[in-house]
Amino acid sequence: MITEALHPGTWTNPKPADRYDLLVLGGGYAGILTAQEAVRTGARVALVERNLLGGVCLNAGCISSKAMIRTSRLYAEMRDAARYGARRPADIQVDFAAVMERVGRVHARASRRRSAHELAAAGIDVFFGDAHFAGPDSVELSGETLRFKKALIAAGARPLIPAIPGLAEAGYLTNETVFELTEAPRSLVVIGGGPLGCELGQAFCRLGSQVSIVQDEPLFLGQEERDAAQILSESLSRDGIGIHLNTETIRVRVEDGRKLIDLRSDDYESTVEADRILVAAGRAPNVQGLNLEAAGVEYNAVAGIRVNDYLRTSNRRIYAAGDVCLEHKFAHIEGASAHIVVQNALFCGHERLSALTIPWCTYTDPEIAHVGLYVKEARERGIPVKTITVPMHEVDRAIVDGEEEGFVKIHVKEGTDRILGATVVARHAGEMISDISLAISAGIGVMELAEVSHPYPTQANALKLAAVNFSRTHQPRWRDWCARKWLDRD
Amino acid sequence: MSDDELLDRFQFEAFRYFLDNANPATGLIADTNRPGSPCSIAVVGFALSCYPVGVERRWITRPEATALTLTALRYFRNTVETHHGFFYHFLDMQTGGRVWQSELSLIDSALLLAGVFAAQAYFEDEPEICEIADALYRRMDWQWACHGGPTVAQGWKPECGFLHYGWEGYSEASLLYVLAMASPTFPLRDENYAAWTSTYQWENLYGYDFLYAGPLFIHQFAHVWIDFRGLRDDFMREKGSDYFENSRRATYVQREYAIRNPREFKGYAENFWGLTACDGPGTHTHSIETGGRRMYGYAARGVPFGPDDGTISPAAAFGSLPFAPEIALPAIRCKCEDFRVPGGLNPTFDWVSEGCFGLDQGLIVLMIENYRSGLLWNLMRKSPWLAVGLQRAGFTGGWLV
Repeated sequence: MITEALHPGTWTNPKPADRYDLLVLGGGYAGILTAQEAVRTGARVALVERNLLGGVCLNAGCISSKAMIRTSRLYAEMRDAARYGARRPADIQVDFAAVMERVGRVHARASRRRSAHELAAAGIDVFFGDAHFAGPDSVELSGETLRFKKALIAAGARPLIPAIPGLAEAGYLTNETVFELTEAPRSLVVIGGGPLGCELGQAFCRLGSQVSIVQDEPLFLGQEERDAAQILSESLSRDGIGIHLNTETIRVRVEDGRKLIDLRSDDYESTVEADRILVAAGRAPNVQGLNLEAAGVEYNAVAGIRVNDYLRTSNRRIYAAGDVCLEHKFAHIEGASAHIVVQNALFCGHERLSALTIPWCTYTDPEIAHVGLYVKEARERGIPVKTITVPMHEVDRAIVDGEEEGFVKIHVKEGTDRILGATVVARHAGEMISDISLAISAGIGVMELAEVSHPYPTQANALKLAAVNFSRTHQPRWRDWCARKWLDRD
Repeated sequence: MSDDELLDRFQFEAFRYFLDNANPATGLIADTNRPGSPCSIAVVGFALSCYPVGVERRWITRPEATALTLTALRYFRNTVETHHGFFYHFLDMQTGGRVWQSELSLIDSALLLAGVFAAQAYFEDEPEICEIADALYRRMDWQWACHGGPTVAQGWKPECGFLHYGWEGYSEASLLYVLAMASPTFPLRDENYAAWTSTYQWENLYGYDFLYAGPLFIHQFAHVWIDFRGLRDDFMREKGSDYFENSRRATYVQREYAIRNPREFKGYAENFWGLTACDGPGTHTHSIETGGRRMYGYAARGVPFGPDDGTISPAAAFGSLPFAPEIALPAIRCKCEDFRVPGGLNPTFDWVSEGCFGLDQGLIVLMIENYRSGLLWNLMRKSPWLAVGLQRAGFTGGWLV
C-alpha cells in the first residue's frame, strides 16, 4: 500500500513537455518540496524519482525511527514506573511485531501527502526511472529526452559502508533495511555513534535487544558539546547499552553462525558477539550514475556536488539541494534549501544558504538540540562568548516530570545580548530549541527574550530562566545605581 | 581546636603519606596506600614539593629532605624508562619499570616536573639537584607531544602510538602548557596555547560567571605551584577575571550544587561538597531510593552534569582553601572525624574509601601550606622557567609585574 502510493506499479510516465522551467532529479524531501513550491508559482515542473517518493526521511529515516523511538520510550517508562510513583507492570513483554506494525502505519499515513498521484494532481509531471544527464540542459530517461531551463539535483545520499574486513560477508543492516525487521535481534552491534546510531541503538535496547555501540571518536555525536555528549553517554549506559568509545571495528567474523565483531581501542582489543550488525557510519552522496560530467557539474565522491552559497553548481542552469551536496543531512535543511532553489533558479533570487538559521536535534532520550554557533566556532572567528547555563534540575516542570537530566546553554556575544547559538539537552529539546531559532532569525536578543512570558510550569521555561539570569548579570551599572538611589530616598 | 591547629594536624597526617609510602632506595612514591600499589609519577611530583614543607614545618630535617629529593631525581635521570623525555604514568615500586601497560603521560610528567622545579628552587644551593632538574626538563620534547596537531596529546603508548582521547576545554593542563612554553629545547609555540584556550567555555552557572570545568581538581592542581592572583592571559583579560578568582567561583559553584543536590544524595549540604577525581564505591548499579544509579570506582566526578554517584572527595575542600577559606574551612571541619583523609566518601551507601591517594595527600599538604604561608607559590616564583612560561603564554599582572 505504501509502495503503491510512493511508486505505483501501474504508473505510466507522462509525455514530456518541450522544455521544463524546472526539472528535479530526486523525489526525496528536498525534491518534492522544491517541485511543489515551483509549481505553485506557475512553473512547468518535472520530478524524476528512481525508486520511492519521499526519500530517506519518509522511507528510511525520520518517520520510521521516530515512531519506533516513541514506543521504546513507553517501554522505558513502564520499566521506570516506580520513579513516577506508579507500579511497574508485572510482566513487561515487548511485542516487536506490534511495534513494527505501528511503524508501518505511521509511515503509510505520512506517505499520503507525498503520493505520486497527489503530486501529479498538483500539476507536476512525475517520472519514475533511472535518469542521467545527456548534456548541460537535458536528461535522458528510458530513451526519452527531458529538456530544462533549470534543474535541481536532489538525489540524496545512501548509507556509507565502512571498509571493514568480513562485514559484507557477515551481512548488516542499514537505515534502509532495519525497519524491515519483524523480530527484535537478541543482540545488536551498532557501528557508528552519530545521531542515527545513538537513536536506533537506544530504541532497540529499550525494545529488548542487547545493544553495543561502537564509535571511533572519543565522544558520541562528534560535533556536539562535550557536556551534551557525556550526558548522552551516561544515559545510554544507564539503559544498558555497551559503550565502546574511541574504538575501531577492525574486522567481522562469522563462527558457528555467530557474528563476532573485533574491536580495537588504542592498544586494547576485544570482541563482541551479535545477532545483527547495524551500520550507522554516515551517509555518502548519490553522485554515481547521473553522468554529471555531461552536464559539467563538479562533484566529489565524498563531499558530493559542489555548490556555492546560492546552491548553484558549476553549471549555471543546475542547482543542488539536500544530502547530495550539504554537510548537514537533515530533512528540515532540505526543506529550507528547496525555497532557496526556487527563488534563485526561477526568479533570479540571491538567497543564501549561509543566511539560514538551522537547528537540529538528535532524538535520543534525552534529546540533544543545537542551533547557531558552538563556542569553539565562535572563538575561532574571534568572537568572545559568554554562555548562560541552566541545568534542567533548576526547572520546576522538569522536576515535576522527573526529567531533570540536561541543560539549556545559550551562547551570547560577550558585551552584547546577541545570541550566537544554543544547545539544549532535555527530554523535549527538539521542541525547545525552536524559541532560540526564532530569536536568532528575528534578531531578538537575550534581554528581549527575558521579557517573553512562558506558561508556568513548562520545561521551555528553562529558556526564560537562562535569559533572566543573563539580564541580571548584564544590567547596566547606572541602572543599579538609579535603583539604589530611588529605594534609599527619604 | 583553632583553625591553625586543625590545619597543622591535617597537614602533618597528609605529609606522613609520603614517608610511609616511599621506596627509600628509589624515591618512588606509591599511588595509594593499598598493598601492591604502583608508583604514580605525579605523586612523586607532589612528594618533591612536599619535602620543603616538611623541612619548614620541622617534620623532617633539611639533610633528610635533600636525600629524599636526590634519590628520586637520580632514579628518574638514570633508571626510569623515558621516551622523548616523558615518563610512563605508573611504575613498579621496586624496579621502576612501566606497569599496567600505562601510557606515557604528558600531564603526569608535567606534574612531576613541577615538583622537580619546586625542589630545584628550594635546594638552590644543591648543585646536583639543580643540574638534574635542568637535565630532565631539557629532554622533554613538547613539540613531539603535539603529534603534528595544535594542542598537546594526552598520552602515547608504544603499542598504539598517541592516544586518541579528546582533550579539550579548560583543565589542569594549564600547568603543562606554561612549563612547556618555557622549554629551552623543545618549547610549545604561541599558537599551541591559543589553540588550547580556544576550547574554553565561559559560563554563567548558579549565578557565577566562570571558566567552566566540572571536576574541582581542574581548578586546583595548577594552583598548587602557580600563584595566579592577578595573573591574566588573553582569555582572562577578555573576561576581566583571573584564574585564582575563577577557582574561587568554581568552589562556590560546587557548594551551590551540593545545596541543590539535584540527585538527592545523602549528606550533600553547604559544608559537604567536592565533586572531583576520587575513589568511589564501585562500578555496579545499585538500586537506591531515588532510582537505579550507576556507581563509579576511581573517576573524575563533576558538577553540575556529573558523573555524580553521591561520592565526594574530602580532599577537595583542602584544595580550595587558598581560594575560598570562608567556605572551605567549615567544610574541612565538617567532613573528617579523624585526621586521615580518605580517597572518597559516599554517605548514601555508607561507604568510605579504604585507601588514601597520594594526589589527595599532596594537595592537602601543599594547599594548606599555600594558604598558611604561600611557600610553594614563593618558591616557584624563583624558578627560572615559570615566569618565562607564563610570559610566553601571554600572562601579565600579578607577581609578574
